[in-house]
This record gives sequence, structure tokens and C-alpha cells, in this order.
Amino acid sequence: MNFKKFSTILAVSLTLAAPAFAGPIDRPECIAPAKPGGGFDLTCRVAQSGLKAQMEKPIQVTFMPGGVGAVAINLFNTTRTDDDNAIVAFSSGSLLNMATGKYGEWKESDVRFLASVGADFGAIVVPEDSRFKSLDDLMAAAEKDLKSIVVGAGGSIGSQDWMKAALLLGSRQLSPRDMRYVAFDGGGESIAALLGGSIEVYMGDVGELVSHVGEGKLRILAVMSPERIGAPFADIPTAIELGYDAEWTILRGFYMGKNVSDEAYNAWVEAFEAAYETEEFATIQKEKGLLPLNMAGAELNASILERVAKMRDIARGAGLID
Amino acid sequence: MDTIINGLGAGFAVAFDPFNLMLVLVGCFAGTLIGALPGLGPINGVAILLPIAYGLGLPAESAIILLAGIYYGAEYGGRISSILLNVPGDAGAVFTTLDGNPMAKKGEAGRALSLSALASFFGGTFAVILMSLFGPLLASYAVTFSPSDYVALMVFAFASLASLVGSNAVKTLLAALLGLMLASIGIDANTGVARYTFGIPDILAGIDFLVVVIGLFGMAELIHLVEQQVSGKMKALKIDKSFVSWADMVNVKWAIVRSSFIGFFIGILPGTGASVASAVAYGTEKRISDNNGTFGKGDPRGLAAPEAANNAAAGGAMVPMLTLGIPGSGTTAILLGAFLLFNITPGPAMFTQHPEVAWGLIASMYIGNVALLIINLPLVGIFARMLTIPQKYLTPLIAVLAFIGVYSVVSNPHDLYMIIGLGVMGWLLRKLDFPLAPVILGFVLGGLFEDNLRRALSISAGDWSILVNSPDSIVLYGLAIIVALVPVFLRKKRAKV
Repeated sequence: MNFKKFSTILAVSLTLAAPAFAGPIDRPECIAPAKPGGGFDLTCRVAQSGLKAQMEKPIQVTFMPGGVGAVAINLFNTTRTDDDNAIVAFSSGSLLNMATGKYGEWKESDVRFLASVGADFGAIVVPEDSRFKSLDDLMAAAEKDLKSIVVGAGGSIGSQDWMKAALLLGSRQLSPRDMRYVAFDGGGESIAALLGGSIEVYMGDVGELVSHVGEGKLRILAVMSPERIGAPFADIPTAIELGYDAEWTILRGFYMGKNVSDEAYNAWVEAFEAAYETEEFATIQKEKGLLPLNMAGAELNASILERVAKMRDIARGAGLID
Repeated sequence: MDTIINGLGAGFAVAFDPFNLMLVLVGCFAGTLIGALPGLGPINGVAILLPIAYGLGLPAESAIILLAGIYYGAEYGGRISSILLNVPGDAGAVFTTLDGNPMAKKGEAGRALSLSALASFFGGTFAVILMSLFGPLLASYAVTFSPSDYVALMVFAFASLASLVGSNAVKTLLAALLGLMLASIGIDANTGVARYTFGIPDILAGIDFLVVVIGLFGMAELIHLVEQQVSGKMKALKIDKSFVSWADMVNVKWAIVRSSFIGFFIGILPGTGASVASAVAYGTEKRISDNNGTFGKGDPRGLAAPEAANNAAAGGAMVPMLTLGIPGSGTTAILLGAFLLFNITPGPAMFTQHPEVAWGLIASMYIGNVALLIINLPLVGIFARMLTIPQKYLTPLIAVLAFIGVYSVVSNPHDLYMIIGLGVMGWLLRKLDFPLAPVILGFVLGGLFEDNLRRALSISAGDWSILVNSPDSIVLYGLAIIVALVPVFLRKKRAKV
């Protein structure tokens, strides 16, 4: 092995081993398209602390609130389309907005999806003393007379929360348009309405229910995850295993502008993939109340395109979009 | 009863720990200052200081005590800029300006500040006492309050506020309508359709309450001040050494009792908070006591009512959060997050699993209220001196503080333009003799009224009879009729005498 060959190998292996040191990312920035304190803030914080070892410089978190993410996506489609340093937090809610045209002309094809940092899942919740003891009870009643059941959740018609109910009904060819759906302002009000008897069924998220498990007031009929999730939810069946094809994963992750260089994009992807392997990343994920769901690059992109297409189908079926 | 006494005893032992006692004082003092700054209120105070409290590595009960101190400290402090400057710091303080600021303009700033401190103290303490006695019971009642009951409550609120109709009913109604229009901007909470957003993404989520309050009241007031200064109409205010008297307290005692009750009741409901509480308390008080048309011109009862109510509401909002784990307001939602951060789950189990936190917090609220009174009364003179700062320095300073305050909350430059726009609008409305309070009312109550009406009708599948099918709503409609008719009767009675 001559010196030239050796140095080439060294250079290549260094580039592969520590791509972040290689150059395109010199001022890493994570944009949370919301006010501080919400889910997007949390998403950026996971990247900030989880990628400490993979980044040369710490990731700065910037807040860009407005229009549930619309302000940020506008900016990254007009002026910062090739910003190699910036990653923007998104959630399944953002994907839904793309699917239903809430972001105006901007769609899933206008950004490059980068990496996920974890997930939360839908949950079907009733009060402990509900007439529905199982998901089968609920669905049997729904098939008999859908209009006899009052369903509520923290989002409007067409929101993620509503989608969960629509999916569940769809698994038995019931139309969400026949559903009595009540939109509350967030999970807290919905749970109050459930306990107070204003609504019978609440379409919630696993993450927010941690504090209610084992209190003896609420019963989770099923979780909407692909597989069972860990304690304290280990005993709760998934909707799929009960025979209802209704999965709702709330994905949290990042996208970049459409015109970023492949070099920078790949460097970010590799940084995330390296972080996924570490114990620290798993710990941070758990601390922030996220369940592991680690996907980056092409794998993530494919999964997202599939999700958005599915969302668009449901929205179209319900007459929300043309 | 025994458990309450034992719990409180243990709680006071935690709260009187010298370190925790110091944190209560620090929290209350910092909260007062945060509340006094225009644009910063309890919600942002707690949100900004939560990471700091966590970062300090304090034990759970100490951190929660500190944050709670900031919460009710800010509710106290909110009155200061309302009274002195006519610039409410947050939504709950809007009604404090109506009689508080006229008192300050009459040279009674000290009297207004000390009186409102006492009203706040009574409201806050009343809430803590009710909370420690009947907390869990009240919380399980509060969750049964259904959307149709909220509709009845809003009808009651509108009825009590009919009293705000000033000399010109048409202008009042137009102003309220303007508030309703502002409330309807943004994604409709029910159907998810964007309304009146004109393709501007920044207003998709609606206009933040704070932006409307600071714009319509704060900025409009500042523009008004600048105008007065330029036209040389500005009167210099003397340092006033007025202070609350015993006769004042006797005069406002029933206003405080009624308003504390109203505030606490509205506070424990998960869907309403200090802004609705202070509005309803002011309206009701005006309806009952304003026999000579002194409300709005510096009547101490008009100042005491909203202050007692918003502090009682702040205490009330803690009830469902502590006993059921359901946050009743934005601020308590952040406090709930703080509990979870320390791996404590608010709810019935908290009182058995972490009694030191649950009862320690309640005990610290008793201490905090006393501490706030002690901190605030001597400071009255110092705050009142603020008015002697020449306006040419004070006005820009307040403008800058308001901008920073608002930006720290919304972090969107678009909202700063919005504040200026609303400020100009507010100033024009004032020029045209439109009252501004009805705009805010339309904004707060209109949104709640619409959301809950549509929820109720979704629940009943379109059957309107749901609106009158619970005892709660019938009682509230009854109260609405009484509140609307009482002044008429009183007038007739007086006419006969």
C-alpha cells in the first residue's frame, strides 16, 4: 500500500465515519414552526440533544410560529429552499395539512423528508363505567346505529384526531360523515367532557394518557399502533389485533428545503442514522415521551408518501377535499 | 375532614421550610414584576421560568411552589399597569382598567393599588380555602359541565354585561360585533375550514388573545398619550399618597364576596378562565350596585370586583388540574407539564402518593397570598411614583416593553404589525367614542359561545332542546334573567320612594 492509496482510503473512511465534520453543515439549525413549548419544540430538542455527538457544533433551535407550520413551509419554498444548515420539524399533523391542501400550493413533494425522531399513537378511550367494555362492543354498536354514539376529540373535523375516528369507522365500511363528532380545544377539555359524560368515546393519543393509566377513571379500549407498546400500555390490545384495520401513528421528524445539496442531505441522514444506534438517543426519546420510530432518508420518504396518499384518500372519501 | 387537616398540617410543614418559604417569596415577587410588565402575564411567566426551575435541580415540591408563586404573583401584578397606565398586561386585567385607571387619573393611584391588592388577596384566599375544603368534590362537578351548560353560562355573561351598554347602545353593539368578527378569524375549531384568513398563513391559527389586548388597549392608549402630548393637553400628575381606607373596604365588601364566588366558580370550569371571570364579575357588580352611574368613572367597587374575580379564578383553575389532572387554563396546562416533568401525575392519586407536593402546594398558596399582600402594600407608593415619570420617557418605554413582551410569547414578527394595526384601530374607535371593552367581550365570549353551541348541537345531532335539558343551564338562564331585570326593578323601586 503506497502512501497515496493509504491517504485516499483514510480520507474516504473519515468522510464516511464522521460526515458531519466534512463541511456542508457549519451552522446547524432546527426550526420549530410554532411557539416554544409545544410538540415541534420537543421534536427539535430531541435532535439538539440526541445529535450532540454527531454534530460539530450544537444545533440551534429557532421558533417560527404561524399557521400551524404554514409560515415555515412557505419560507422553505420561497427563500430558503437550499439552506443546507436548516432542518424543520414536522408531525403527522403537518402531513395531513399537506394532504388536505391547508398549506396552499405546498405539498409533500415540495420538501425533502429527512429523518424521524419518534412517534406517538392514537388511542380509543372510554370512561371506566362505559357501556362499551371492549372495542368489539363499541364497533358492534356503531354498526347497528352509528348516530347513537357521540365521539369527541381535541381537533376539528379533518384533523388528526378526526382521522383516527374516520379510519376506525372505515375498517368496517362506515362513513365518517354519519358520525356525531364533537371538536374540543385540545386533549384536556376532551378528557373532561369524557369524564363528565358529554361524549362517550374519546380519540386520544397514547402520550397524553400516561397520567391517566391506572387511575381507574378511563379505559383504553385499544391503541392504534402497528404492534403492542410497552409499559404501562402493555396489556392494551391494538386495534389491528382485534381485527380493525386502523393504525394511526403520529410521526415526529424533520424536513429540509427542496433544493438542498445531496451532500448536505446525506450528511444529515448519516448523522441521524449514527445517532439512532446510540443509547443516549433512545434515552432522550423516552424522556420526551416518544416511542421509538427511527427512519431516515429514502426509507422515511417512501413511508411518508404512502401515509400522505392514504390521508388524502380518507379526506376525499369524507368529502373534505375534491 | 381529618384528612384535610392532617394534609394541610403536613403541607404547612413543607411550605414553612425556610428554603421553600424563600421560594414562595421569590416566586411571588418575580411574578408581580412579570405581571406588571405589559404583554407578560401569568401564562408566559410560568412558561419562561419552567425550564429554569427544572434546570436548577430543585426538588419537585420546591419547583412547583416556585412556579405557582409566579402564577398568582403575575395575577396580582397584572393590575399595576392596568391601573397606572391603562395598559392591561393580559386578558384577565382588561376590566381592571375600567375603574382602576380613572381612579389613578383622579390622583388616587395609591388608593386604587392598595384597594386592588386587598381585593386580590381576598379573592385568592377565598379560592384556596374552598379548594382545600371541597377540591375533589368541585372538580368532579366541574367536568359534568357540558357544552350546553357553557352556552347557558355565556348567555348569563352576555346578560350581565348588557350593563356595559353606555350612552350609545348602537356603538356598544357595533363594538361587540367587531369583537365577534375578530374572533371568527382563523381555522374554524369545528370544521377545520379557514375563515377570513385571505390566504395569509400567519393568521390561520387565529389572532392571539394577547395581541388583541395589547393592540386595542395598550397601543391605542399609547397613541392617545402621544397625541395629547403633541397637542399640549397633557396634565402632569402629582405624586399621590392616597391609600385604601377602612371605609373603602366596607364599601367594597359585598362586591368582593360576590366576585370571589363568581371568579372561583368560573375558574374551576375547564373551558373558561380569568378573563371571563373578571368580565362577568364586573358586569354583575355593575348590574347590582351601579345606582348612580359611577362605574367606569373610578368606582372602587368596579375595581375590586374584577381583581377579586381574576385571583379567585386563578385558584379555581388549579382545582381540576390538581384533583383530576385536567388543566382548566393555559397556565395550569403548563403547570401540569411541570408536574409531569418531575414524574408526578396530578390526580386523586397524587394526594396519597406525593402528599408533600399536593398539600405543600396548597399550603404555599395560603402563604403566597399573604406574602403578596405584604410585598404589594409597601410597594404601592413606589409604583404610584411611576406616574410622575415624564410621559416622553414613559410612553416609548412602555411601547418597547410591550413589543418585547408580546414577541417573547408569540415569536412571530407578523403579530407585531398586527399590534400596531389594532392599536391604530383602537385609537380611531376611541376618537369616534366607541367603547373598547365590548370589543374584548365579543372576542372572548363570542368564540366560547360559538364553539360550545356547535359542540352542544353536534352532541344532540341538531336538537336544540339540549340547551335547556340540564338543571345547571336552567339555573343559569334564570340568573341571566334576574341580572338583566334587577336594575329595572331597583330603578322602579327608587322612583316610588
